[in-house]
Amino acid sequence: MTVAAPEPKANMGNPAPRYDAVVKVTGRATYASDMPLASPAYAFLVTSAIAKGRVESFDLADANRVRGVIDIVTHEKGPKLKELKLYSNGGYAGTTIQPLKSAEIAHDGQIIAVVIAETYEAAREAANRVTVSYTAVVPSATFDSPGTTTAAAKGQNSQFKEDPQVGNFAKAFEDAEVKLTASYDTPTQHHNPMELFSTSCAWIGDNLVIYEPSQYVYGLKNGVAEQLGIDADKVRVVNPYVGGGFGSRGSMTPRTAIIAAIARRLNRPIKLVPTRDQGFTIATYRAETRHEIKLGASRDGKLVALRHEGAEVSSRPDAYCVGGTKTTTRLYACPNVDSLVSIVRADRNTPGFMRSPPEVPYLFALESAMDELAVKLKMDPVELRRINDTTNEPIGGKPYTSRSLMACFDEAAKAFGWSQRSPEPKSMADGDWLIGYGCAATCYPTQMGPSAARVRLQRDGRTRVEIAGHEIGTGAYTIIAQTAAERLGVPLEKVAVFVGDSELPPAPVAGGSNSTASTCSAVMMVCDQIRQRLFKAMMPNQSLTDRAKETVGIGQTPATRAAKSDRSLDLEKAFDALGAGVVEEYGEWKPEDAPLDSFQAMHSGHVRLVGGHSLKDKIAYAFGAEFVEVRVNRFTHEIRAPRLVGAFAAGRIMNPRTARSQLMGGLIWGMSSALLEATEIDERTARYVNDNFADYLVPVNADVPGVEVILLSEQDDHINPAGAKGLGELANVGTNAAVCNAIYHATGQRIRKLPVRLENIEV
Amino acid sequence: MRSFLYQRATDPGMAVQALSAAAAANNPLTQAAAQPLAGGTTLIDLMKLDVMRPAAIVDINPLARGWSGIETGGEKLRLGALAKMSDVAAHADIQRHYPVIANSLRLAASAQLRNMATLGGNVMQRTRCSYFRDTSYDNCNKRIPGSGCAAMDGVNRMHAVLGTSDQCIATYPGDFAQALIALDATVEITGKSGTRSMPFAQLHKAPGNTPDIETTLQPGELISAFSIPRRWPRSVYLKARDRQSYEFALSSAAIALDVQDGMIRDARVALGGVATVPWRAREAESLLKGQKFDDGLARRAADAAFADAKGRQHNSFKISLGKRLVARALQQASTMEV
Ligand SMILES: Cc1cc2nc3c(=O)[nH]c(=O)nc-3n(C[C@H](O)[C@H](O)[C@H](O)COP(=O)(O)OP(=O)(O)OC[C@H]3O[C@@H](n4cnc5c(N)ncnc54)[C@H](O)[C@@H]3O)c2cc1C
Ligand code: SF4
Repeated sequence: MTVAAPEPKANMGNPAPRYDAVVKVTGRATYASDMPLASPAYAFLVTSAIAKGRVESFDLADANRVRGVIDIVTHEKGPKLKELKLYSNGGYAGTTIQPLKSAEIAHDGQIIAVVIAETYEAAREAANRVTVSYTAVVPSATFDSPGTTTAAAKGQNSQFKEDPQVGNFAKAFEDAEVKLTASYDTPTQHHNPMELFSTSCAWIGDNLVIYEPSQYVYGLKNGVAEQLGIDADKVRVVNPYVGGGFGSRGSMTPRTAIIAAIARRLNRPIKLVPTRDQGFTIATYRAETRHEIKLGASRDGKLVALRHEGAEVSSRPDAYCVGGTKTTTRLYACPNVDSLVSIVRADRNTPGFMRSPPEVPYLFALESAMDELAVKLKMDPVELRRINDTTNEPIGGKPYTSRSLMACFDEAAKAFGWSQRSPEPKSMADGDWLIGYGCAATCYPTQMGPSAARVRLQRDGRTRVEIAGHEIGTGAYTIIAQTAAERLGVPLEKVAVFVGDSELPPAPVAGGSNSTASTCSAVMMVCDQIRQRLFKAMMPNQSLTDRAKETVGIGQTPATRAAKSDRSLDLEKAFDALGAGVVEEYGEWKPEDAPLDSFQAMHSGHVRLVGGHSLKDKIAYAFGAEFVEVRVNRFTHEIRAPRLVGAFAAGRIMNPRTARSQLMGGLIWGMSSALLEATEIDERTARYVNDNFADYLVPVNADVPGVEVILLSEQDDHINPAGAKGLGELANVGTNAAVCNAIYHATGQRIRKLPVRLENIEV
Repeated sequence: MRSFLYQRATDPGMAVQALSAAAAANNPLTQAAAQPLAGGTTLIDLMKLDVMRPAAIVDINPLARGWSGIETGGEKLRLGALAKMSDVAAHADIQRHYPVIANSLRLAASAQLRNMATLGGNVMQRTRCSYFRDTSYDNCNKRIPGSGCAAMDGVNRMHAVLGTSDQCIATYPGDFAQALIALDATVEITGKSGTRSMPFAQLHKAPGNTPDIETTLQPGELISAFSIPRRWPRSVYLKARDRQSYEFALSSAAIALDVQDGMIRDARVALGGVATVPWRAREAESLLKGQKFDDGLARRAADAAFADAKGRQHNSFKISLGKRLVARALQQASTMEV
């Protein structure tokens, strides 16, 4: 693994070092729980030890005796809050299960009391001393548990609109020369971002300030205001740095309004830092899924029939689903396609987005099946992808705006040494270790959302960019600064960026890998507004029509043309011509095909992403190819993945350094998901058992000796002004299948259930 | 975590005094009101989790001056209870003459933990059973005697297949203890009436009907040292785990062989990750003794080691894994250059 930043290729920005590198490595970056509060009280949660039933009574005597305890809030005197409404139904929340409303318990680890004390230690001790008596009801834990209900996703989830279909699958499958039917399972997983799910709330008069790691400050602000029944303008969410999100902080959780309401009642700032295990149940997770794939092909490898059926677990009240068939039915050329997604309701907390929510489980199934088909056809799995590569998606026939899938396969194969692979399973070894090579395609939809930005430029080049984007570790500060520096022609060091504050101009949720495309497109547009004002100042002899056009803001003029071009500006001259030392512009940008209410929605914290397959007459995805070497110990069956190689193409790469970091992290995440990560559910009690970092395993350095990321040059002028495809969720998609395909090659054993552990190997 | 009294013991007498004063005689040690604090990497964790609730902790780190020696002169090895895992693992003489000890420590935990953790604390570390470590489960016989065992029919992939009872199947999680028990170590105990020694094999107690009683130490007693009677240059520690580092054993084997002219004169086999206590596989040892090594013998010995193993829903794989691991470790030990 090299530490140097990659050299930029064509259509790539500079590998500028991270804007926030120094504050982060020196510990000066302030995360939510670092924010100073004036004489705060501390909250500690008490969560339920049963998954279904009710609280009969609390014995609080022992807890109340702990010195420093201020209050213990249970449902008996719970805060009065408006109902939680799902983001997908016009609300903001990721669950409708409202804790502290009644004695009812709907899932394991539901918040049942909040202890408030003068110190964190006192709050924790008192929480430990709370005794609860329950009436428990036998819960339904997961698939196959008695008492679950199953129904098609279509019709119950407003965001899952269609089960994609085309042609006549049944007939084509029946007639196919080569057929494959296989089932795949993926486990429950939790995001486990390093930063815990903390929340601090402070009231200043009627105004509320919330410090909380959030991937959507506008959503959280509006959501909390709605639950508290106050004006959204009175709520401010601040989080200049977020210690990882991975989707877990995209929608509002119930904790925030609860803490805000208690802070208001006690008239004191309150700080909550929940524990790691509480994070497993007070936020969302990736639900377990099941899949059946049917592939029919001709003997030369052309797909003639494809069917993908998926089932996903959700909570009793909420029909969450990821429905990845939208991607898997469109990835390869195939004339006859069928699909179905169902939701299985159990007594669980509501699941939610987790890094590439639809693609991770659904591509695991499809890309494993493609490998199985290649084996049946005695064909190189890379060639099978090449034969079925396409420029148009098969469901609606729309063209991909750009698609470098096979270029990625070829580059990654070369770097990996795929040609050294002897195709027979179990044919490669090194001492005690069987060696396997495997590969898989990866992809992720290119998405964009409406975004605003404010930019201020001074005569000396100093620039200030304000946008309520989110630095969740991806490099948002850096690429926003680069975008402004580039458009305004000022040195990068002169650009100051402000994100993570709901008082700034609205940006979309940092989810769906839309942030770069959306925020940079908005910043570019506003920088061009500044350029236009300066060019206009330098073109005093504009015609009357041109002046009129600019006043109304329509049509092209010499100034607008210059602003949009790459022409550089002499700032001193321009400012002299303007007769001012500073220009400030605000603007609102929305992508093509964005819904009509985009700008209103953007201000009120509603997500309006477009992209992927939902564009009107095109389809936009980023692609990649991933190759993995696994080693399986002949004696212990331990599985290690010493080499991960991925090649990716994602339109304009704003910064090869931060891009590589995202992709490298994605490959490691994907390997982790294939070999280590699973939340174990006790099926008798529907409780998460390994809810801590000792038992929920993620890789350590020794597990990832070699990761190589190759960035391909790709230009795409059909997606957004920045020309960028999101890549934060690209690299962890194909890895699950690539690892299992490599295990098959090493051992001859096909494993269709994740994660793969040593007990699953029989050599 | 609950409020507690913190005391620093500056000499062994004071430590014993402080620990005994708080101890009610009928308490099992794990429930005693006062607990010694060494590196704290088990104790503080369990206190934060509210699993252990001592009213007082007695910091014994000031005793390190007398209790952290690594004495390797001659055949005999003496290790102070407050020696750090990392120091012992890195010691050249131990690596050379007792590789099973060095490697059992090197492959344990993480560098940071090994720098903090002591040998005494290491052998006294408590099980990682998730139900034991989470007080929201009411049914754990080890934590609350008579309450049942949530792991028995729950998520028990990490649990034991040897030495279990119908009361508890929790694994003894440590690595180092396997090396100690294999090499016939003795443990030196300091208490009210001075010091006594006993075989290390007598320190831990299988769960039986009293899983809350984990060792034969009495409240007020401290481990002050370990001794190993002779060198074992032909010894290995093999550990199978889910990730390459920083993870407890799914199965481990501490093997020591004394081979002369191709004949196994003495053999030691101890198992980790699979048993409720540090586990000596004497049946395997007696099969090996007096024999010439071959792979078939290794397999028979491995089978013997697990003859009494009982798997449950998620951990049955440990039986075949453990056998393969023992056979492989025996092969490695027999072919090792000494
Ligand atoms: C994440 C994690 C991973 C780990 N992985 C491994 C692993 O792979 N292998 C492994 O072997 N271990 C592992 N450990 C356990 C670790 O090795 C032990 O926690 C450590 O060795 C305990 O030593 P300590 O000095 O910190 O003990 P402490 O926490 O101070 O004490 C542990 C217990 O022993 C008692 N005690 C301490 N010293 C004495 C003494 N001299 N006499 C009598 N009683 C005493 C204490 O009262 C306490 O009850 C891991 C721990 C963690 C947290
Ligand atoms: S195995 Fe032992 S420690 Fe674990 S729950 Fe059962 S009794 Fe408790």
